Amino acid sequence: MAIPTDPLLVAASEAGEDVPPGVEELEVGGRGRLVLRRFLRRRLAVVGLVVLVVLFAFAFVGPFLSPWDHTSKDFAAFLEPPSSRHWFGTTQIGQDVYAQTLRGLQKSLVIGLLTAFVSTGIAAVVGACAGYFGGWPDRVLMWVVDLLLVLPAFLVIAVLSPTFRGRSWLLFVVLLAGFSWMITARVVRGLALGLREREFVQAARFMGVPSMVIVFRHLLPNMASILIIDATLNVGGAILAETGLSYFGFGVQPPDVSLGTLIANGTRSALTFPWLFLFSGGLLVLTVLAVSFVGDGLRDALDPNAAAARAR
Amino acid sequence: MTAGAGATAREPTTTDAAGPVLQVADLAVSFSTERGLLRAVRGMSYEVRSGEVLGIVGESGCGKSVSALAVMGLLPTSARVSGSVRFRDRELLGLDDPQLSAIRGKGISMVFQDPLSAFTPVYTVGAQIAEAVRVHTETSRDQAARRAAELLDLVGIPDATRRARAFPHEFSGGMRQRAMIAMAIANDPEVIIADEPTTALDVTIQAQVLDVLRTAQQATGAAIVMITHDLGVMAGVADRLIVMYAGRPAEVGSVDQVFHAPRMPYTLGLLGSLPRLDAAAGQPLTPVEGAPPSLVALPPGCPFAPRCPLQVGVCVEVEPGLDPTSASDHLAACHRSDEIEAGALGPADVFPVPPPVEPPIAAIPREERPVVLEVRELVKSFPLTRGALLRRRVGTIHALDGVSFDLREGETLALVGESGSGKTTTVNEILALAAPMAGSVVVLGRETSTLETSTRKETRRDLGMVFQDPSASLDPRMPVGDILAEGLRAHGVAKGQRRRRVGELLGLVGLDAGHVSRYPHEFSGGQQQRIAIARALALDPKVIVLDEPVSALDVSIRAGVVNLLQRLKAELGLAYLFVGHDLSLVRHVADRVAVMHLGRIVEIGAVERVFGDAAHPYTRALLSAVPLPDPRRERVRRRIVLEGELPSPLDPPSGCRFRTRCPLFVAVEPERRQRCVDEDPMGRPQGEDHLAACHHAELRNRG
Ligand code: SF4
Ligand code: SF4
Repeated sequence: MAIPTDPLLVAASEAGEDVPPGVEELEVGGRGRLVLRRFLRRRLAVVGLVVLVVLFAFAFVGPFLSPWDHTSKDFAAFLEPPSSRHWFGTTQIGQDVYAQTLRGLQKSLVIGLLTAFVSTGIAAVVGACAGYFGGWPDRVLMWVVDLLLVLPAFLVIAVLSPTFRGRSWLLFVVLLAGFSWMITARVVRGLALGLREREFVQAARFMGVPSMVIVFRHLLPNMASILIIDATLNVGGAILAETGLSYFGFGVQPPDVSLGTLIANGTRSALTFPWLFLFSGGLLVLTVLAVSFVGDGLRDALDPNAAAARAR
Repeated sequence: MTAGAGATAREPTTTDAAGPVLQVADLAVSFSTERGLLRAVRGMSYEVRSGEVLGIVGESGCGKSVSALAVMGLLPTSARVSGSVRFRDRELLGLDDPQLSAIRGKGISMVFQDPLSAFTPVYTVGAQIAEAVRVHTETSRDQAARRAAELLDLVGIPDATRRARAFPHEFSGGMRQRAMIAMAIANDPEVIIADEPTTALDVTIQAQVLDVLRTAQQATGAAIVMITHDLGVMAGVADRLIVMYAGRPAEVGSVDQVFHAPRMPYTLGLLGSLPRLDAAAGQPLTPVEGAPPSLVALPPGCPFAPRCPLQVGVCVEVEPGLDPTSASDHLAACHRSDEIEAGALGPADVFPVPPPVEPPIAAIPREERPVVLEVRELVKSFPLTRGALLRRRVGTIHALDGVSFDLREGETLALVGESGSGKTTTVNEILALAAPMAGSVVVLGRETSTLETSTRKETRRDLGMVFQDPSASLDPRMPVGDILAEGLRAHGVAKGQRRRRVGELLGLVGLDAGHVSRYPHEFSGGQQQRIAIARALALDPKVIVLDEPVSALDVSIRAGVVNLLQRLKAELGLAYLFVGHDLSLVRHVADRVAVMHLGRIVEIGAVERVFGDAAHPYTRALLSAVPLPDPRRERVRRRIVLEGELPSPLDPPSGCRFRTRCPLFVAVEPERRQRCVDEDPMGRPQGEDHLAACHHAELRNRG
């Protein structure tokens, strides 16, 4: 319980003389620092974050530690188990699994995170605007959502992918994200409809705060937990979607690789030649777990009303 | 229910011979929480006899409801309960659920605050009451249904047989509460526990429900344990009173003892912080500073010590026992109750009362002050549509129908009326700063219908707003500093100035400027409302709209916030548009009052005029429904009980909209009545600065 301050007899004139201590840090670090402090209190989240950072570092620095890269072939070693020469073993045609796995990890991490980020971002903005403004913007946006929902995403991407062949994988991210935001957008719209009537939103409106600012400053932060959970789930989902598409040859194109293509190739011989599958599969599980721990921690840190955050 | 006017005098019908029906001794309830053991109730003892009304008052979290739930055996299993609860000769604590169920409803029944949650939405009200009858007695379906209709009739539901077939959502709040009481008395219980039975209701409905409760008690001879936070209600209802603080009784005695000779500083504080209808305006209320202690880590010594002006050394070391004062049936938990008694101390002697503040502008006569807000013939209606697929317009709700008033610099105008009278709609229409459907709103000389986008934003600076519930009106995700700075930022105030202003604002409302980086939930309710007030002040507005600014707060906190508002008004020369339903408070804060009924202002004028000599029968009924925190006067008061509830705004009665409930309409000669039916009354002057919309206002004393 907060300690009561003397509420009444404070002379109003005295208080305004100079900027009191504490006001300094206000808009700069106030909120961010609090969130950080709460986040750091969550052990698992910190572990998740560390794992994630290590994975990133590993994915981008790791390849330089080995003489092989993901395209080179060693014709002296087909289907070798892990050894000092090939740390993760080799494939049927002599490719180095270590180099391939790291390359795949790179791609998958980047595609997964970007897709999740973009998709949740679209969902948040579209849903919140539709819910907040209502009227015709709402009808138009929800019409788009319905339209995209009835389109078979997998087919559309498969049909479109030949046109993009040879272009940047970024387009692939855009496509993946473009087809995965709709459900979240509807949930967000529902939340926005509720928040729009809340008194703190009305208070902001009556103070003359512009509508878009209200959407970004009041609506979205108050949905932070659902957005973060959604983004977290999307990382896993995006990596899986990418796997599926890559498996059928619509996603990441050879000679480039992703965890998806590697797992797809490795599953057939998972029991006989486990090194083909274990490393890529293990890293996938590790990545998704780490991201979800971070998501949990962030939610507790951002949501001051969460029970765990309150118990200091 | 007695029709029309009825005296509220009530003889205690105590039958001592029978002995107490319910005896609670040394009841203690605790919960284990993450932060430690929460001791919700400690040392609670009382007994009630048949026909007696025992009141338990206290602020939220003081353990009053928990103790009632413990008696009923309705607490979650995580609660640890000790002590003794005896019903007749049976110990209830330790009984298992089937055994308790046999007693619940038949021996002891309960009336809850929210009747909607007590009824199942999918069955009719009648069926549910009949079900309650059949659970405990062998009756046929028909008999039970007939009994249900009888009971509904008893609690004053018109056309009971037909209404019994209605579903809970088809009942209004007041009717539901009556139905709930009908259900509670279905099996002639010996004890009725009523937990905040009137809290969510309008005053006129509250008066009706209290009447019904009394009727129900007379019909069953039951003992009533009534729990509420509203000390005022108790004066006219209870025989004995327990004032609770921090989980334990702080003072116990008869109503007269507690109200007229309180012996415990907390009770004194509560009494002093109540605004009274019969007190002169402008007197500051005695505030009880601070907030109740956390029940998790109770300090040793008196729990009230941190807030008590009489605190001495021994208070923080030894917790005072609940000991008899000079009267053996009047107990108080205070080391210094003897001194309070010896000195006959009143609230104002114990608590420091801030000096009354007189705004400098009050010296200027009202007519010479500039008008800051002018509302003329404001109209607002909502279309009522039916059908999900094809929306058909089936009617129009006339929410506002020609509302006019003006607000001048430095004054407070209160809008009062029951829910549904259009108070909130009026406020929203003003704050929207858009062109109204008809009529006009002029803010500081600027007509809202002609505003450009930029001038509209400029006008927003002059209009502040404080909402009812601070926990809902402050964004939980923003630190206080950002909340206060938001308006400044929207109006392009530079960063450095913003910081300075935020510090200034916090000081202005009596909060520590070091609190800028805290989140709203880290503050108590009273402090949150101070933050909301500071936010409203940020842009130096001329007018502040206060929408029930203290009704979500605990009683002892209210006085502090009210005094703050008064002080700010005087210092900053503000004008307040105060929306409220608590007439005692309105009497205390307002300079002028507008009484609203069904989208109209039926009476408007200076507060002394309207409250002192109300001209409209509706105002008179409202005023007479307000409980006085004074048991002696309550007993001799005549109360005008309004029949029925607000008619539907969809189809208001012809002529005078109040005529279906008007006691004066009934009292006057038939030829005069015709005028009420045919002609819509306009506001007519009733003296200086006083208008009332009633054809027969001069005959008001007949009503
Ligand atoms: S015991 Fe002391 S602190 Fe407690 S109410 Fe009495 S005087 Fe105040
Ligand atoms: S005009 Fe007639 S019905 Fe209306 S308030 Fe006056 S007496 Fe009552």
